[in-house]
Amino acid sequence: MDQYIDIKVRVWRQAGPKAQGYFETYELKHIFQGASFLEMIDILNEQLISEHKDPIAFDHDCREGICGMCSMYVNGHPHGPDSAITTCQLHMRKFHDGETITVEPWRSRAFPVIKDLMVDRQAYDKIMQAGGFVSVNTGGVPDANAIAIPKPVADEAMDAASCIGCGACAAACKNGSAMLFVSAKVSQLALLPQGKVEAARRAKAMVAKMDELGFGNCTNTGACDAECPKSVSLANIARLNREFLCAKFSD
Amino acid sequence: MWLKDSSIGRKFVMSLTGLALVLFLLFHGCMNLAVVFSEDAYNMICHLLGANWYALIGTLGLAFLVLVHFSYALILTIQNRAARGNDRYAVTGKKDGVEWESENMLVLGAIVIGFLVLHLYNFWFKMQFAEISGLETGAFDPQNGAAYVKALFTTPVSGQIYCVLYLIWLCALWFHLNHGVWSALHTLGWNNLIWMKRIKVIGCVVATLAVLPFAVVVLYYLGVGIGMLC
Amino acid sequence: MAKKEILDAAKQVVEAVAEKVVEKVAEKVEATVKEATTPIITPEMAKIPAGPLEKKWTNYKDHQKLVNPANKRRLDVIVVGTGLAGASAAATLAELGFNVLNFCIQDSPRRAHSIAAQGGINAAKNYQNDGDSVYRLYYDTIKGGDYRAREANVYRLAEVSNNIIDQCVAQGVPFAREYGGLLDNRSFGGAQVSRTFYAKGQTGQQLLLGAYSALSRQIGKGKVKMYTRYEMLDIVIIKDENGEPRARGIIARNLVTGRIERFFGHAVVVGTGGYGNTFFLSTNAMASNGSAAMQMYRHGAYFANPCFAQIHPTCIPKHGDFQSKLTLMSESLRNDGRIWVPKKLEDAKRLQAGEIKGRDIPEEDRDYYLERRYPAFGNLVPRDVASRAAKERCDKGYGVNNTGLAVFLDFSDAIQRLGKDVVAQKYGNLFQMYEKIVDENPYENPMMIFPAIHYTMGGIWVDYELQTSVKGLFCIGEANFSDHGANRLGASALMQGLADGYFVLPYTIQNYLSDQIGVPRMSTDLPEFAEAEKAIMDKIDRLMKIQGKRSVDSIHKELGLIMWDFVGMGRTAESLKTAIKKIDEIKKEFWTNVYIPGEAGTLNNELEKALRLADFIEIGRLMAVDALNREESCGGHFREEYQTEEGEALRQDDKFSYVACWKYMGEDKEPMLIKEPLDYEFTERKTRNYKA
Repeated sequence: MDQYIDIKVRVWRQAGPKAQGYFETYELKHIFQGASFLEMIDILNEQLISEHKDPIAFDHDCREGICGMCSMYVNGHPHGPDSAITTCQLHMRKFHDGETITVEPWRSRAFPVIKDLMVDRQAYDKIMQAGGFVSVNTGGVPDANAIAIPKPVADEAMDAASCIGCGACAAACKNGSAMLFVSAKVSQLALLPQGKVEAARRAKAMVAKMDELGFGNCTNTGACDAECPKSVSLANIARLNREFLCAKFSD
Repeated sequence: MWLKDSSIGRKFVMSLTGLALVLFLLFHGCMNLAVVFSEDAYNMICHLLGANWYALIGTLGLAFLVLVHFSYALILTIQNRAARGNDRYAVTGKKDGVEWESENMLVLGAIVIGFLVLHLYNFWFKMQFAEISGLETGAFDPQNGAAYVKALFTTPVSGQIYCVLYLIWLCALWFHLNHGVWSALHTLGWNNLIWMKRIKVIGCVVATLAVLPFAVVVLYYLGVGIGMLC
Repeated sequence: MAKKEILDAAKQVVEAVAEKVVEKVAEKVEATVKEATTPIITPEMAKIPAGPLEKKWTNYKDHQKLVNPANKRRLDVIVVGTGLAGASAAATLAELGFNVLNFCIQDSPRRAHSIAAQGGINAAKNYQNDGDSVYRLYYDTIKGGDYRAREANVYRLAEVSNNIIDQCVAQGVPFAREYGGLLDNRSFGGAQVSRTFYAKGQTGQQLLLGAYSALSRQIGKGKVKMYTRYEMLDIVIIKDENGEPRARGIIARNLVTGRIERFFGHAVVVGTGGYGNTFFLSTNAMASNGSAAMQMYRHGAYFANPCFAQIHPTCIPKHGDFQSKLTLMSESLRNDGRIWVPKKLEDAKRLQAGEIKGRDIPEEDRDYYLERRYPAFGNLVPRDVASRAAKERCDKGYGVNNTGLAVFLDFSDAIQRLGKDVVAQKYGNLFQMYEKIVDENPYENPMMIFPAIHYTMGGIWVDYELQTSVKGLFCIGEANFSDHGANRLGASALMQGLADGYFVLPYTIQNYLSDQIGVPRMSTDLPEFAEAEKAIMDKIDRLMKIQGKRSVDSIHKELGLIMWDFVGMGRTAESLKTAIKKIDEIKKEFWTNVYIPGEAGTLNNELEKALRLADFIEIGRLMAVDALNREESCGGHFREEYQTEEGEALRQDDKFSYVACWKYMGEDKEPMLIKEPLDYEFTERKTRNYKA
């Protein structure tokens, strides 16, 4: 059963992108374990505001694990110690009375800190803009049932497409690599006949953009797969490699 | 050139050179294993791979592979460290399913290379190099490599130390390959959801096959050496 | 003596009666005068094309004005919002050749709250051969909306629904498929056919990512300039040479730097979603807000039917005061899940005390109240009906959790019938989500659910062209009022958002822009821009200077409680009057006692929230005013005075068959009511009946 616990929260505070960051520890009493982690941060912020201190800036929006906005590195794990969830779905029942919880922002060269726990993830959007789409305009497309797609293929594409673009993969990766993110999109579209037409161009363009933005080289450690809140599989990276190499060799 | 400028290109080079070196290791290991069964056979192989042009070209090729593999590893590591940014995490948790060796490939590789230098001095320098250059090291008789190997590993104390050192080396090599082999296949695109587990098993088997023959030889001589001591 | 007393008493009674009579007569006269003087919006003013229902849209497209490609390049369109409506509109307009400036409040356009829609999207494809058609989808939507939507708009929506599915599939949206490789469908509330297309429990995500990918492509090409982490704070209106006010730009705050910036556009399109967060606790995202709607409203755009808010029956029940939001469980769960409460009060008491669990109650002691009350539709009645039925049971004391505010949604039948694997495949991610939040395994014990605010059918009034009553200002998606009437059917929000963005606005906006090709790009140094910016600066300044004692959230929570208690699922004239009074008090409290830390010219979350709350307070009041005016029960609006003996909603078609449009009359002044009568030309109005 959920209990009330007292905790300490050690939070990374950083006033701005260029400012020197530091850890500050706050004490919180009587936190219900049924509360979500972000609700605990809300309570902490209310406490800070009542003391006329600067509340902790953090990204969050849907709070149901799908928008991909929340981004906290909790006790050494992106999205915290629970598996297959985002920070907003992490609940305080994962922590015990008296625990000190360390909260850090994503740390990666391509995700500079904006303030406190808030980071800039526009790099992911830029990769998508380089090729994460099927080039069709609105209108003038064939009937939806014109192409039959085998269910297993559609299901695998769906699993790849469930990526929420939160950045946990690059944050967890010791190499700061965005390969899982890129491969999820490349996989989804390479699996489906609609996307196959420009699969080669897409793989090259997205990888080139990823490299340009300063993400690291993948060494298949699998940290991304282990920490992905949507359990996107490492196997997608193999498909991306395959697509990319085939594209390069057919040039 | 995409093999240099693209991250997947660089990984591709790592994979290919790595796999080629694994093939060499398998070959080399089989040759070595002969010494346990028949010293004559081993000597015959030594003779075959001695100062012949194809063996020399092979050696140069290997040196090139090692050079490329290692220099790419350095470049990748430097780039990857930079990609992490300047601030490091204060706390890093253990991530399920992440192999320890996969996060320490450079260190393992460095250990392997370190011992490789020793190994090259022990064997290649005193065997093939001595033979071509005609350098007289006095330790090695081209007609009887087996005797040299035996002497090296069984001479009391120094032989046993060599054995232990070689075992450490082989351990590091096994870990390096346990990740390296499947990772190379993965990088080449030869993997999918179903094969993910299988390919890791294949990697483990190949790593073991590549290391085991060497280990057997070393353990054999360790046994012999300890037997001589007693 | 006694005589005098009697006389006095009689006099008092007569006086009192006379007073009452006069009051009543005055009220009647006032009402009649109001009735006679209430301005009316005619179908011509709403630009509804003439002709038979099924020809209207085709006729419109055949005769509308278009903009030629060379001129498109000279026209700038501002699109605010990147949800299904905003992203699809921005992408499509850019594909057509317009220059688009697109704004979103989050760090990426992919995070708009459309992403959280789970269940699916409707379309009249009739792939299942179960008798579906465009007309039937139209009819179900009109009926589901309790006959408070505009016929022509809804028919157009049903018509383009099929194009949406084609478009999404072409973009690579991985819809669920059958083993034969063709698209799969599921059924949803309020329909007797299977017409809902889905992608696991993440349909909204996949559709949004489809629109986002189309948008990304245009950003990459430079046709869309994307502004992330920007929040619109006002619309800039500039009069043309004839003195006609037109929307010509926006003022937005860069949320990272805190800088106020100006942007020009030949037209402004707003797709900023609904205002459900007025209730503080809702299934909306934390940043979802109604400020854009209020900005349009203050510039003369009518706010239509603000009281029509949808309460979704299947949300995870509230668990504490610190709670920040409610989580929705997809309506699709009602396909296979059965809703029940115990038949016996003592079982309910023991459940509330935590002594037993749902699975301990034997089959014969379970009351499957939806199946009992509505045999024809059973668990698939529309949302408003299901929500009210749950409230009715809980009000009677049959609630099943510690607060007594929850009912069971049970899958044990489905698991027996289909097997756990099939259930897991269909709803696995939802079950996982439930378990993470509630810490209970829904495969073993029935889920607990309770209604929560989810969607707002009301919104900014738009004509057939999706243009508001302000020229050049368009409103799309949930932000407008157009298609759902008094209640939205499940899987129709995604349909409407994408219909507006892909297939309606890109046409209709050209009818407006074709007249604007001669208008040059204007400088943002014009006095109108400067004035708008100054007004915002003053407002922010005023907020920052209050330096009171209360945090923004604490006031917002108070507002939310009032909304839920008095403007929630069951409303009365009394409760609404109380609400208006209390909201006025909250407004005063807010403007005198809020505390905002930090500086205005930096990243300041509390300031953002305060600006939004200032508008939520106004919206809350407007909702109450509208609900008070609408003396009937229809769809999501339930006035307890107007119900049948069985507790079903009782419409007053003779009096309230109109869209209530509220016109802003000035700060702290009562808004003016304008009516758009809904004369049903093509459809017969019936009492909604989901029983047989």
